[in-house]
Amino acid sequence: MQQPDQRDEVEMLALMLLIRRFEERASQQYQAQKIGGFCHLYIGQEAVVAGAVAATRPDDYMITAYRDHGHALARGTSADACMAELFGKETGCSRGLGGSMHFFDKGNHMYGGHAIVGAHVPLAAGMAFASKYRNEDRVTLCFFGDGAINQGAFHEALNLIALYKLPVVLICENNLFAMGTSVKRSTSLKQIVDRAEGYDIPGDIIDGMNFREVRDKLSEIVGSIRKEPHPAFVEIRTYRYRGHSMSDPASYRTKDELEKYRLDDPIIRLRAQLTREGKLTNEQFDQIDKEAKEKALASVKFAENSGELAVEEVYEYVYAKGAQ
Amino acid sequence: MREITYRQALNEALAEELERDPNVFLMGEEVAEYQGAYKVSQGLLERFGPKRIIDTPISENGFAGLGVGAAMVGLRPIIEFMTFSFSLVAFDQVVNNAPNLLMMSGGQFNIPITFRGPNGPAHQLGATHSHATENLYASVPGLKVCTPATPRDAKGLLKTAVRDDNPVLVLEAELLYSSKGLVEPPDEELLIPLGQAEVKREGSDVSIICYAQTVPLALTVAAQLEEQDISAEVIDLRSIKPLDEETIFNSVARTHRVLIVEQGRPFCGVGAEICYRIQKNIFDELDAPIVRVSQEDVPMPYNERLEKFVLPNADKLMAAVKKVCYA
Repeated sequence: MQQPDQRDEVEMLALMLLIRRFEERASQQYQAQKIGGFCHLYIGQEAVVAGAVAATRPDDYMITAYRDHGHALARGTSADACMAELFGKETGCSRGLGGSMHFFDKGNHMYGGHAIVGAHVPLAAGMAFASKYRNEDRVTLCFFGDGAINQGAFHEALNLIALYKLPVVLICENNLFAMGTSVKRSTSLKQIVDRAEGYDIPGDIIDGMNFREVRDKLSEIVGSIRKEPHPAFVEIRTYRYRGHSMSDPASYRTKDELEKYRLDDPIIRLRAQLTREGKLTNEQFDQIDKEAKEKALASVKFAENSGELAVEEVYEYVYAKGAQ
Repeated sequence: MREITYRQALNEALAEELERDPNVFLMGEEVAEYQGAYKVSQGLLERFGPKRIIDTPISENGFAGLGVGAAMVGLRPIIEFMTFSFSLVAFDQVVNNAPNLLMMSGGQFNIPITFRGPNGPAHQLGATHSHATENLYASVPGLKVCTPATPRDAKGLLKTAVRDDNPVLVLEAELLYSSKGLVEPPDEELLIPLGQAEVKREGSDVSIICYAQTVPLALTVAAQLEEQDISAEVIDLRSIKPLDEETIFNSVARTHRVLIVEQGRPFCGVGAEICYRIQKNIFDELDAPIVRVSQEDVPMPYNERLEKFVLPNADKLMAAVKKVCYA
């Protein structure tokens, strides 16, 4: 098994670029009405999931909320399968039956894609319960937004996770807004991480625009969990550049605020670090970015050329056939 | 065959399935150290240990969801609700997660989970604790719902539920936990398929279709009707979803008259669905309009006299049979 800290930073930069270019294409295709329903973009938050996969093993469980495209890509789901899912095609990662908010990829240990805010945190508890039950040293990464921390399911799950000492990293991607409601208007706490204290779960704050900080702090936490199962909570401070979903002009925040975060862009930041250290040339960066753009564009072609399930097949996904 | 209680039958089913498959575990409020609020899990903690018989805090949404998550990665949880009235707190997990994941994941994640516990009005528990939830859950594609009325059915259906690869709700009859009945000996594997009704009493003049706590009531009324020369057939649905239409239609084709008795409320109730299916499929067999006896369409009152008025009872059944038989 590859050690997390040896995972190539250039490779992680390439992942972040792939997520960004994929999301830009998704945005364009949504506007062209090729994608239906809701579509929540991850642009600006790429270092969070990239740092998380750099700190963990591919067989660790990952589960997240509805802003899930980046998580699937980070887990190794192909851009083709992701875009095809947005297009509702049978080649999609959920066969076109889940859509943007419900990306699943069992082979890559991506357990969704869950669209009821907070409702997947109990599922994460169950996945971690199962790995502890089987004496595995697997860690469950449970991502959620700042909007989830005021849901009952979240609180019940945190208590269970702490009570049963389950190996879960609770990752709050704090992008400051639950749809249009800022954390200040939704949450009684001064800082989100203090939610963990109420359940006796160790908590930490991480700069989500800094890939290395995310990776290093999560590596430390995950290492500790593997030795002895326990939960941990991290508030990763990040920012989404786009609105909550495609239909949101994000008029609840100022241009100045957005610009401030854009200047702190996680991709630019990692690129600068690598360039300064002589690990990446401008030509190499351009090449990586070109490849990311090509993959994103190719995924659109792939999705366009893919077929859809026959309508009668809808009955095949109601009950599993088997029984023991 | 030997005679055991409904409670013992459930206990045997749990023990046998826990013994058979290490991936099966039981979780819920008071299931372990307290031995179960209704003593269904008596002795299981001692036998299987705290790893597999797990007490929870009062967090139905949390532990129901924990079960769904564990099922996603290969375990086969049995989640006990102290009563199904409390499952309403976990409605999101039971209705929006467990049955939807197969579709949403394009077939990648089936959820082999059993939700079980007492269901239906008991005795003077008031409106919040008296829900009959079967019509709520049976309306959800992806869920299976069964309602055992005898110790034998309780054991056989629960064992089948645990082995099913889908979410199954075993709605136990709270008032029948101490009732007795004949059940195969423990060394004889007892599995009763979901979706098979049973003719609990044969008759030729009227079909009384019932389930759960209304089965003993219907059998009592059928015995009384015999004295009045009305031969009533009693069909216990046993499973609401899947529904055994064949047994219903075969009976109606012989008796031509139908009374549906349900423990729940009438509006959008189980009886309404069965009524529709009978008229749709075998309308010409009917000699009289189908009659239903349900609860009154009100929240359950605490007062004993008022509660009795709201629930199905022998007098109501008797009157309904006479009406449908033009007797």
